[in-house]
Amino acid sequence: MKKIILATIFAGVLAGPALAETVRMGTEGAYPPYNFINDKNEVDGFERELGDELCRRANLDCVWVVNDWDSIIPNLVSGNYDTIIAGMSITAERDEVIDFTHEYYPPSPSMYVALSGNNVDVNTAVVAAQTGTIQAGHVASSGATLVEFASPDETIAAVRNGEADAVFADGDYLMPIVEESGNELAVIGEIGIGGGVGMGLRESDGALKAKMNTAIDSMKADGSLNTLIKKWFGDGAQTF
Amino acid sequence: MLSCVNPDQISGLAWLGCYLSTAKHMAFYQSFLIVLLLIAAVAPLAILLGLLSASASRARFFLIRLPGTLYIAMVRGIPDIVFFLFVPLALDQGIEYLRHRSLCSDQTGSVWQGNDFVVCDIAKMPLSSASQWVHDFYGFALAVVAFALVFGAFAGNVIAGAMAAVPKAQLETAEAYGMTRRQVYWRIMFRQMWIYALPGLSNLWMILIKATPLLFLLGIQDIVYWARELGGAKTSAFTYPHPDWRIWYFLGLLVFYLMMTWVSERGFTYLNKQFSRGQSMAINPQKEGA
Repeated sequence: MKKIILATIFAGVLAGPALAETVRMGTEGAYPPYNFINDKNEVDGFERELGDELCRRANLDCVWVVNDWDSIIPNLVSGNYDTIIAGMSITAERDEVIDFTHEYYPPSPSMYVALSGNNVDVNTAVVAAQTGTIQAGHVASSGATLVEFASPDETIAAVRNGEADAVFADGDYLMPIVEESGNELAVIGEIGIGGGVGMGLRESDGALKAKMNTAIDSMKADGSLNTLIKKWFGDGAQTF
Repeated sequence: MLSCVNPDQISGLAWLGCYLSTAKHMAFYQSFLIVLLLIAAVAPLAILLGLLSASASRARFFLIRLPGTLYIAMVRGIPDIVFFLFVPLALDQGIEYLRHRSLCSDQTGSVWQGNDFVVCDIAKMPLSSASQWVHDFYGFALAVVAFALVFGAFAGNVIAGAMAAVPKAQLETAEAYGMTRRQVYWRIMFRQMWIYALPGLSNLWMILIKATPLLFLLGIQDIVYWARELGGAKTSAFTYPHPDWRIWYFLGLLVFYLMMTWVSERGFTYLNKQFSRGQSMAINPQKEGA
């Protein structure tokens, strides 16, 4: 009798409400306004809101995982999480290793930022960039001396303390920092490199890619993606 | 009680009080416990591995001696960082591979699909649906194994040396009294070797304390991760914007590690006294002119 009761309980637990598939969303958590860890120790930012909305539309149960930028692709392919949603530009090199969804953020310019009043030639100076970014690749081929850092924050600190003459990164990341620096920092150049930003997935994960693409397309169609972009990047931001 | 509802309207000490008690700072304070927990878990495991490998490396039978000496030589010769990166990865993928083979035996394809390491959903370790603390605990356990393997080999070498340092005359005397090899080992050698092992083990302990920031390499949010994350300049996207404060956070870590050293030194002085009891003066490092 006991066995039957136990079996029923187990069956009840297992059969319960149909559980949505759990998807682990990997992000860097150090790149505001794309993604950052807020003071409540939660992942916050444009991609947090976007990701939660995409998961709701795709009927997925999403949890957020923070991982260093350096190892964000290796840890995706070895299965520690299922997506990369970390302001990652879609490039041909990355596409050889992982797959990307449709863009959820249009191409936006990268910027050079230096201390105000400094006359910097970005093609010969010492330029800081984050390791493994398209900006680091661009600096390396521009003739400037590249200094790489593991986190975006360290690239800014390098300019402030004189270790580098300028920093090269996404304009969306740099602009709030420049605006709040009280004229300490200034934008000295702007170039469009790289494509839009998409969600990274394992190449073998075609089903998840299809679900996310459908969700992204539906957010583009009803305008909610543009609203979200304007909320986090300002009214001047590129939209779809 | 501080009211931290509108941090932009308060200043001075009240602001600092609110800032230092955010959920993010609580996670920072907790990470100190993680470091202490790591040391507490690794130290006994490393001693145990050390004892096993040291005893094995001194065994009479070649087949027991070989794994002992091989383990000690291998870990001592390969850079620590390679082990710290290799062991958790190999263990994790090894466990998932075995679970995949046994739980999803109907799937015959390779777990390697191009670049991807893909096991079936129920073979994942831990399961994707498991709560975050399970993932954290699993990562921590892998780190403990990696640390224990590395420090166990160093401890094995120290202990093997200490065993060899116990005066042979005492062991021979014990045998002359009719003790078996096992009795000689447990009653004479095992009890006397600690005083010889202590300087080496105390050195290892200090190295272990200093090596804990390697947790950060293994993706565990330890004190170094949080010091960098909290110290970095914050724009007004955050509730508590501030300039680059990393130097203060790292200064805090410096004080923490110095405190750990100070406490450890006192502990080892005490242990040295304990193990020296009943030893002859010639091998008592505490006595002057020894």
